[in-house]
Amino acid sequence: MSAYWKANQRRLAPWLFLAPGALMFLIYVLIPIAQSIWISFYDWDGMGEATWIGTANYVELVDDDAFYTSLKNNVIWLVLYMLALPVGLMIAIFLNQNVRGIRAYKSLFFFPFVISQVVVGLMFSWFYAPDFGLFYRLIEWATGTGIAVLADERFVTYGIIAAGLWPQIAYVMILYLTGLNNVAPDQVEAARLDGARGWRMLWYVILPQLKPATFIAVVVTVIGALRSFDLVSIMTDGGPYGSSRVLSFFMYEQALSEYGYRMGYGAAIAVVLFAIMMVFISGFIWKMWRDETER
Amino acid sequence: MFPRPIEQTSPTTQTLYKVALPAALILWLLPLIGVAITSLRPASDLAQGNYFGMPSYIAFENYRQLAFDSAIPRYMLNSLWVTIPTVIGAVALSCMTGFALAVYRFRSNLLVFFLFVAGNFVPFQILMVPVRDLTLSLGMYNTWYGLALFHIAFQTGFCTLFMRNFIKSLPFELIEAARVEGVSEIRIFWHVVMPLMRPAIAALAVLVFTFIWNDFFWATVLTTSAETQPITAGLSSLNGQWIAQWQLVSAGSIIAALPPVLMFFLMQKHFIAGLTLGAVK
Repeated sequence: MSAYWKANQRRLAPWLFLAPGALMFLIYVLIPIAQSIWISFYDWDGMGEATWIGTANYVELVDDDAFYTSLKNNVIWLVLYMLALPVGLMIAIFLNQNVRGIRAYKSLFFFPFVISQVVVGLMFSWFYAPDFGLFYRLIEWATGTGIAVLADERFVTYGIIAAGLWPQIAYVMILYLTGLNNVAPDQVEAARLDGARGWRMLWYVILPQLKPATFIAVVVTVIGALRSFDLVSIMTDGGPYGSSRVLSFFMYEQALSEYGYRMGYGAAIAVVLFAIMMVFISGFIWKMWRDETER
Repeated sequence: MFPRPIEQTSPTTQTLYKVALPAALILWLLPLIGVAITSLRPASDLAQGNYFGMPSYIAFENYRQLAFDSAIPRYMLNSLWVTIPTVIGAVALSCMTGFALAVYRFRSNLLVFFLFVAGNFVPFQILMVPVRDLTLSLGMYNTWYGLALFHIAFQTGFCTLFMRNFIKSLPFELIEAARVEGVSEIRIFWHVVMPLMRPAIAALAVLVFTFIWNDFFWATVLTTSAETQPITAGLSSLNGQWIAQWQLVSAGSIIAALPPVLMFFLMQKHFIAGLTLGAVK
């Protein structure tokens, strides 16, 4: 035994080290993905007998208005979440100085990211609250009539996205701050001698050097936008009249809430969300794969 | 340095910057400041419509009421019970997986690595039904360990990504030298690599702590009762009971946010190193 181990340990060791983590990941992440796809072809209440219904869940989905509302909101989330990149970069540039107390400023600006989205949701609910919310009062003061953002179908999704952007901008800001810290000073000086300033400096000299930070920022922002669940659940519970639903919330609502236990239908929604996210995930993986194999 | 250091600009710009800095911060943290002030307002102020004026007195009683007269302390303990085992479990597992993927060349190395990475990005909903089912059939539904076990498994994806990249950046000669000396692979892991992983372990520990403490989705899917629910789910259900009692909602929010905030301020450097995935050094 020990002789065999001695001779082969370089070959066996990696699998030994991988086994516990990989097994857990297999059981709780990889296999459930396959199971969910499988369940999406069944009619199942989560307890009784499941009946195979083929693609009926998907057929129903195509005719479901709530599905399109959720899908549309997901697209709005995704597009508006991208604002976190320029805004985060702007704040990072604003804070990238060496004045006294700047470290404290940086951490305080980062604050929103550390807080749970549940708390962020409650804070913004208070901020938007009709009659006494700070935002409501500001709008009332500026235009004469306040807007109850979270009760208004026209604004509700934007209101929630604004709440989501708050921590997301903080995250992007910290990525760019670390990136700016590593920008080669000699290149900046050389460009300055060549007369590059302001926007041109930012575009041609700084941004190319911030590429790794931008990549991570895009990854976490896209994932964050599509994962949005907590804020919708806390701030509006999908309302008013389901107008602020997103796919992740719609799935939960169908599969596991007072509206019923439609596991199969929920799984079908999850598969659609998964397919959308896989487009992005494959893109990220492809880029990371290229970076790995180039080295 | 970009932008140009403020010391090199005109005195007017410098003064402007010094004013803009705190002004921007206050604007940025306005929702937080508002909630913090509301949490110290007596209920009578809110009843009389005094939302923005001076509080008639500082009402620590809101916090006292939560501490002694609500389920909040229970929820906080529940959160700790889920969070701490998850931190230990996920970090321990990923030290090993990260080591395996960083040090050894074998054919499926990159494939395994990217499975971890990709799995870490999937939407939670695609896992929800089967994971809930699995937890139910293991008899772990509505227990802290059922929730922690899932978190450990899921966080291993992110942690493996981080650990593997960290170990890859260590000098490989150390490992080779140990091998020449005839040190076994397990001893290399324990005595050569592990001591160098302290910063990575610290970074992951604070990050995973924050992620799990703040988790809401899995808390609602896998726990149901006040005896097991973490603070995020607890706060959400209390919010339903405290209709229009904003002083309590605010104080509860502040309490729930406190542990990760403390963690962040104590371990700031590690925290940020973790968030940048070690890729932006």
